[in-house]
Amino acid sequence: MIRKTQSFSPDKPGGSLTAEKTIQGIRQIFDHGDLAWRGLLLFAGFLVIVLTVSIGWMLWQSSVDARSLFGWKFFTPTLDSHWDPVNNQFQAWPFIYGTLVTSLVAILLAVPVSLGIAVFLTELCPPWLRTPLNWLVELLAAIPSVVYGLWGLFVFLPLVVAPLGEYLSASLGTFPLLGTWFAGPIPLSGASRLGAGLILSIMITPTIAAVSRDVLQAIPNSQREASLALGSTQWETIWQVLIPYGMSGILGSVILGLGRALGETMAVTMVIGNSTNSAISLLKPGYTMASVIANEFAEAVTKLHSQALLEVGLALFVMTLILNVMARFLVWRVSSKIQQEARG
Amino acid sequence: MTSSSGKIALGSRRRLKNRKISNFVMLFLTGLLTILALVPLFWIIGYVVYKGGPGLNLAFFTQLPRPVGIAGGGVLHAIEGTLIITMLAAIFAVPPGVLAAFYAARNPNTRLGIGLRFSTDVLAGVPSIVVGLFTYAFLVKPMGHYSGLAGAVALAILMLPTIIRTTEEMLKLVPQSLREGSLALGAPEWKTSMNVLLPAAFNGIMTGILLSLARGMGETAPLLFTALGNERYDIRQIVTSSIQGKQGFFQMVTRIINQPMDSLPLTLWKYASQPYPERVAQSWTVALVLMFFVLFLNIAARLWLENRARKLRG
Amino acid sequence: MALNISPLSVSRANALSDAKTEIKNLNLYYGKFQALTDINLPIYANKITAIIGPSGCGKSTLLRSFNRMNDLIPSCRTEGEILLDGSTILGRGVDVVDVRRRVGMVFQRPNPFPKSIYDNVAYGPRLYGIRDRRELDQIVEKSLHQAALWDEVKDKLQQSGTALSGGQQQRLCIARALAVEPEVILMDEPASALDPISSLKIEELMQDIVKEFTIIIVTHNMQQAARVSDFTAMMMIDDKHSGRLIEFDDTQRIFTNPKDKRTEDYVTGRFG
Repeated sequence: MIRKTQSFSPDKPGGSLTAEKTIQGIRQIFDHGDLAWRGLLLFAGFLVIVLTVSIGWMLWQSSVDARSLFGWKFFTPTLDSHWDPVNNQFQAWPFIYGTLVTSLVAILLAVPVSLGIAVFLTELCPPWLRTPLNWLVELLAAIPSVVYGLWGLFVFLPLVVAPLGEYLSASLGTFPLLGTWFAGPIPLSGASRLGAGLILSIMITPTIAAVSRDVLQAIPNSQREASLALGSTQWETIWQVLIPYGMSGILGSVILGLGRALGETMAVTMVIGNSTNSAISLLKPGYTMASVIANEFAEAVTKLHSQALLEVGLALFVMTLILNVMARFLVWRVSSKIQQEARG
Repeated sequence: MTSSSGKIALGSRRRLKNRKISNFVMLFLTGLLTILALVPLFWIIGYVVYKGGPGLNLAFFTQLPRPVGIAGGGVLHAIEGTLIITMLAAIFAVPPGVLAAFYAARNPNTRLGIGLRFSTDVLAGVPSIVVGLFTYAFLVKPMGHYSGLAGAVALAILMLPTIIRTTEEMLKLVPQSLREGSLALGAPEWKTSMNVLLPAAFNGIMTGILLSLARGMGETAPLLFTALGNERYDIRQIVTSSIQGKQGFFQMVTRIINQPMDSLPLTLWKYASQPYPERVAQSWTVALVLMFFVLFLNIAARLWLENRARKLRG
Repeated sequence: MALNISPLSVSRANALSDAKTEIKNLNLYYGKFQALTDINLPIYANKITAIIGPSGCGKSTLLRSFNRMNDLIPSCRTEGEILLDGSTILGRGVDVVDVRRRVGMVFQRPNPFPKSIYDNVAYGPRLYGIRDRRELDQIVEKSLHQAALWDEVKDKLQQSGTALSGGQQQRLCIARALAVEPEVILMDEPASALDPISSLKIEELMQDIVKEFTIIIVTHNMQQAARVSDFTAMMMIDDKHSGRLIEFDDTQRIFTNPKDKRTEDYVTGRFG
């Protein structure tokens, strides 16, 4: 369109050299619709950035009253819980504690398992088994969160978590300091922070395993050869050369998994028992930040209640933002290191 | 030779047995852990099939829910809702996602390109429940009511990063020579993109779309305060009344998407927490159907990618 | 001592004691493809043996047989015998880990671990249970001395080994291999990725350490083989693209008066 209106005929006399150049330049820029195309790409790229920023901004804006009313007290640890929609008292500590402690349990259990998988897939597994195993691990990641929740609620909690909790309270629960975290009894249903942590560990294992598998795979073969040629066993090579070599990438994968665990909602909501109690024990029901939002937000009638929940959401957003930045940085550092060494 | 030589040789012999034992134990352990991690997969699939299978019948797919306490009925409303919401989400997410990926692949090192990649990473890590909150504050509150439309927007936000990433990866794989060849023939850039890059990267882009659909289809948290759920949602009734009321197509579509809607995962979550055994039983069947859809989409996506890889190789 | 390639090397072989390590009737396959055919090669103690030949003739594969690095390739299969101090190193009953401690290896491209210089050298000894700091210090210093690297790095032992220059990295890898006090050291074109000066340094240090070790080196570089080695093995592919040893002799003889026409063509540069 623009081209037509701006088009000039070369045989038209009188156009000075600069004018000609300008016109040609304009034509080149507008030519063939490329400007519109570039504009479209720019717009799409911009949209994604604006969207990301506006998530944070919107949550910040929508929690303004709660933030000014409660200040930092909203997040600080308390022994007695204050989450009281009736009296407009909101302190989020029990949820923050629930989120942290379930994620910690999940990470502690998922990391060794995931590393085992990653090592098995890259270093040991016969080639014909590799593709099917990779598929299965990825399917594990694909099962919807609610299905994990359903299975957790009706199968995993009564069959695994409840007996395990009883055993833990009878054994570890009797220790002086450690016992605080394993004080029983666990509810008969098994609904507890422990249950949530265990479900989470199953759910984040594929994430950690897949990323650390990629990290191990990217390590140059010369490192394996160097170690084996010195008379290392295969395990010594893995443990003393490969894992240290990929350490920051593996750390990145763990942080990525942690981010997933912090934000996971449905499965946790279904198995954690949803209680605002401030007990420390893992064997007691609790709440996480995500699950309290899921359970209460649609029914929050007072403005302050929904604002408090939005503030919890804001905190969750900031936490995962920080974790993701850290994880990306670590993974990026490894890949640039490998590139550098490949060049050198 | 030197004295310490003997020491290493001696130490080596003495320790060798222990080292070999620990080597064997640890390697065995990694295999064991791999099996352990896959136990839940088979356990879940097996149990869902076992519990949900008996509930599979025609009524389940073709009827609306009966009032609580009465056996029978189906989850047609949730199937319709899932299809409408995910399709709508794909319509919202795919064009900007693919275009943004084109931008990122074309300008990897500009400030906006770096910002875009960073935003994509952040967006991929935002918990889905937070996206639900955002969509509530951004759409539901201003509109004054919950709607399938808002649910679709929330899902679209979650699908964006997957689409952008896979598309960008695929675009990077397209040989530069192909692009240059087209440009050298005098084709404008957008034509090059449409006629050369897009077809070459098509399988990868489809993989990304299928994977993001699979993810979106299984999401519950972002729908909790956007689509909300609606057991009385009945698309046939809306369509009939629209036609009887001589409403235009646009108006009809608006009526279809602009009201609270259910989806399979939402229904599962609600049924599972209700104290009615027939509802709990149905929730297992919903889980079975949902899992079938999601795993099917996943496997389709991977097959598509394998196909692409094979073509590239052969 | 069965050696039917050259009468002279037989006499030399008799003059020397038995071979330190020896390959007998070796056939090596990658799946169906036979990569090495009928190799017989003795390696004498405290001597440098060079393996030369055009690229793709199986030099590296042959070298990697001496410490069973070929085991890492799943499709690889070996027939024949490889002896180390008279006992076989092939077969399931033999401990690969122990073989590799006794037969060290230096690779074509320097491959230090991304650990400190000290930890790179101490890696091997630590595997073998040496934990005492003083003892480790001694081993590290001695190995770095042997690899002619000590003076350059003695003040920065805690720096990363990957921060060194290419030539220094390769000498670090040599020091790392020496630290476990192997009996034989395999060098797979150790200087091919290095500049001429670094390359020369490595040749010098080989001459130094061969008093204590036995060295086998694969090289592309005729001058290098002629300069450093005592014995030279010449390899060539046959019409089935399988590697064969066509001549083994005193280095001097190989380069001045080879028996085989193909060797002559190769060493005088008329070939490959």
